[in-house]
Amino acid sequence: MGFINKSRSIAQSLLIAGALVSGGAHAEKVLNVNMHSDLKIVDPIWTTAYMSRNYGYMVYDTLFSINTKGEIKPQMIDTYTISDDGLTYDFTLRDGLLFHDNQPVTSEDVIASLKRWGAKDAMGQKMMTFVSEMVEVNDTSFQFKLNEPTGLVLQALGKPSSNVPFIMPARIAATDPGEQISEYVGSGPFVFIEDEWKPGDKAEFAKFEAYVPRNEPGDGLAGGKVVNVDKVVWKVIRDQQTKMNALSAGEIDVIESPSHDLLPLMEADPNIQLFDLNPFGNQYTFRFNQLHPPFDNPKVREALLYAFDQEEFLFAAVGDEAYFKTCKAMFICGTPIATEAGFEEKLQGNIAKAKALIEESGYDGTPVLLMHPTDLAILEPLPPVAKAAMEKIGLKVELVAMDWQTLVGRRNKQEAPADGGWNAFITSWNSVDNASPLSTPFLNAACDKALFGWPCDEEIQQLRDEFSREPDAGKQMAIVEKIQQRVAVAPTHIHLGQWYQPTPIGANISGAPVSPVPVFWGYEKAE
Amino acid sequence: MWSYLLKRVLAVIPVLLVVTIIVFLMLRLTPGDPAANIAGDAATTQDIEKLRIELGLNEPLPVQFAIYVKNLAKGDFGESFYYKRPVISMVADSVEPTLSLALFTIFFACLIAVPLGTLAAFKQGSWLDRIVMAFSVIGFSVPVFVIGYILIYVLSVKLGWFPVQGYQHIGDGILGWAYRLILPSMTLSVIFIALIARMTRTSVLEVLNEDYIRTARAKGLSQSRILIKHALRNAAVPIVTIIGIAIAILISGVVVTESVFVIPGLGLLTLDAIQGRDYPTVQALIFLFSVVYVLINLIIDVIYTLLDPRIRY
Repeated sequence: MGFINKSRSIAQSLLIAGALVSGGAHAEKVLNVNMHSDLKIVDPIWTTAYMSRNYGYMVYDTLFSINTKGEIKPQMIDTYTISDDGLTYDFTLRDGLLFHDNQPVTSEDVIASLKRWGAKDAMGQKMMTFVSEMVEVNDTSFQFKLNEPTGLVLQALGKPSSNVPFIMPARIAATDPGEQISEYVGSGPFVFIEDEWKPGDKAEFAKFEAYVPRNEPGDGLAGGKVVNVDKVVWKVIRDQQTKMNALSAGEIDVIESPSHDLLPLMEADPNIQLFDLNPFGNQYTFRFNQLHPPFDNPKVREALLYAFDQEEFLFAAVGDEAYFKTCKAMFICGTPIATEAGFEEKLQGNIAKAKALIEESGYDGTPVLLMHPTDLAILEPLPPVAKAAMEKIGLKVELVAMDWQTLVGRRNKQEAPADGGWNAFITSWNSVDNASPLSTPFLNAACDKALFGWPCDEEIQQLRDEFSREPDAGKQMAIVEKIQQRVAVAPTHIHLGQWYQPTPIGANISGAPVSPVPVFWGYEKAE
Repeated sequence: MWSYLLKRVLAVIPVLLVVTIIVFLMLRLTPGDPAANIAGDAATTQDIEKLRIELGLNEPLPVQFAIYVKNLAKGDFGESFYYKRPVISMVADSVEPTLSLALFTIFFACLIAVPLGTLAAFKQGSWLDRIVMAFSVIGFSVPVFVIGYILIYVLSVKLGWFPVQGYQHIGDGILGWAYRLILPSMTLSVIFIALIARMTRTSVLEVLNEDYIRTARAKGLSQSRILIKHALRNAAVPIVTIIGIAIAILISGVVVTESVFVIPGLGLLTLDAIQGRDYPTVQALIFLFSVVYVLINLIIDVIYTLLDPRIRY
């Protein structure tokens, strides 16, 4: 043991000597983080990629944010009022908001940013249908004039996941939404260090010294964004074993997305702590392509709601019950609109009932082409479970193996499965994406304007529209129940349960914020 | 000699043209859609189509190819679909780590493998020979990532002698640069030690049976002089060939080692670009690798003439 300690200290001395020779000795507090992927696109409005959203939370700020209870709270906004008729919203920005180029954040910047976001994001587009005018009252106050009342405005402005309405300087927000921005100035708690961005290697963010956090304690994405480190480095490490070794050795401080099979090893490592930082977790979903048989028939789709057993999927993919939860609520267990309505008898493997529905449907033996991504550990075990359940109820299933990127390309093809199209696949969403009928991407049933799978359901669209127009929370809940009851007989997709991704953090790290999106304010690093 | 070199350099042009066409077509005919990847999971078909137009992917293949070749002729490899940076600058950033790893590995491998192979040949049938042969079998058989994990576990995690991962640019300090390269080079050199030692042994064995070696022994030259000056030099042609090929392999990317030790080199850049269907980056990298292969083969040919004056072109 003495030999080991001695040799370790010699090695450490060598490292320090190396650092001194290179002039690298300093007392900077750096939080080294391994994110789930490389940062590729630095425009969180141009793409819906999660990494770009995460980048957005570093560099930009939002007008409103959600807390850990899913409630919308002011973030850049100091005060706001809604007129009695619900047609006028007046907002005032907090004092001291500055962009990274030290220019103050103004109403002009806010309005320009919301216009760009509203042209790109589905929920933003919906909100803009209610907004007749956005008026700049003065530098720090602005007004929304609505053409009819809606409960959507604050929900949309506090939308936590892609695309998030981040606020940019007006000159940058003037960029066409179809083009990427080329200047990276925000007013968020971190400054993007463009020169240190090495694609495939790392991205660096320095603490924005002039950032003024809110006075309230941090709570999810809401409250004060207090930064306690000088710099955050997102380090690209692809190999799961190397990530764990690097965390154990103190070379990195946080792993956003570790492989579940390494968790027992990490639990036993005294240098690593495990936290569940995202209380909403993630949701597995089975997506139908409704353009082609057999899933153009709602009875066949409903049969799968009976045939599938959430527990079977969750055991296959996650394994440990500590990290998953069966949940029949489409809009995520634990949210204010969680309900089992419509799914009470479903999602628990009722094969007899599913078989009966298949017989009723007149299924003619058309094979189901189920895409099977073999390169993503968290998705790879799921399609065989779906195949087994479908075969039990009499469907013919062809499992086609491919890498995820091939699947991403193929899922946008509307051709018949035999001509390069598809019938079904399984994916996973960050639960906050699916926490509202308006934000749930797969619930959009607007035919060719819907996401891949292209469901076409006027009733669902009408109910979503009613939901967006309804300002009263109680009445919104009644609409949610109706939506679920409709989806339970004419499914757009099937929710296969929630799973959780524990975040491993170094033993010397504290203050990690609980949030549905990985954010890096709050963290403290002891020497 | 000079006319030979000129001919060889000119012969590169059709090779690169064929490579350019094949890579261009393979990328476009392989399943996958860069626009869909870039747009993200919540993008609609209309969003993706707009992006395809922006990236120029909606144009017919011959038009896309003509644009690509036209830009290439001007030395413009294009911009990465994802990073919106010139591909050439991304490739340039990745060259140093890969080249450093390749040179360290080859240095380690030659330093160990050539003397070992020579001694094994000289002591044919001895325990030393058997150990070298056994090592070379193990070196060929054990996957690189297994060797990497074992070395990391013992030397980094348990003993703390080396960092688990990471690369330091030479400009940030030469000591740190060299220190961080030791473990990945050791890992990667195992297979090349096995390869070069085996090749050296075979070549030297062949030479040791030649008449001029017997003559040298009869003249009373020392064993070391016979081995180094007469045997090894005459056995050097195949050894140089294998070292050259090893360098080409190392430069064109050692994905597993770069991944395990987190070295941001050409191998990982290639892997990421292929996975993301980043056509301009893949095209530039394959073009670069083709040039490297051709150049290294040319250099090997030139070295032949220096080692063996009988070789003439």
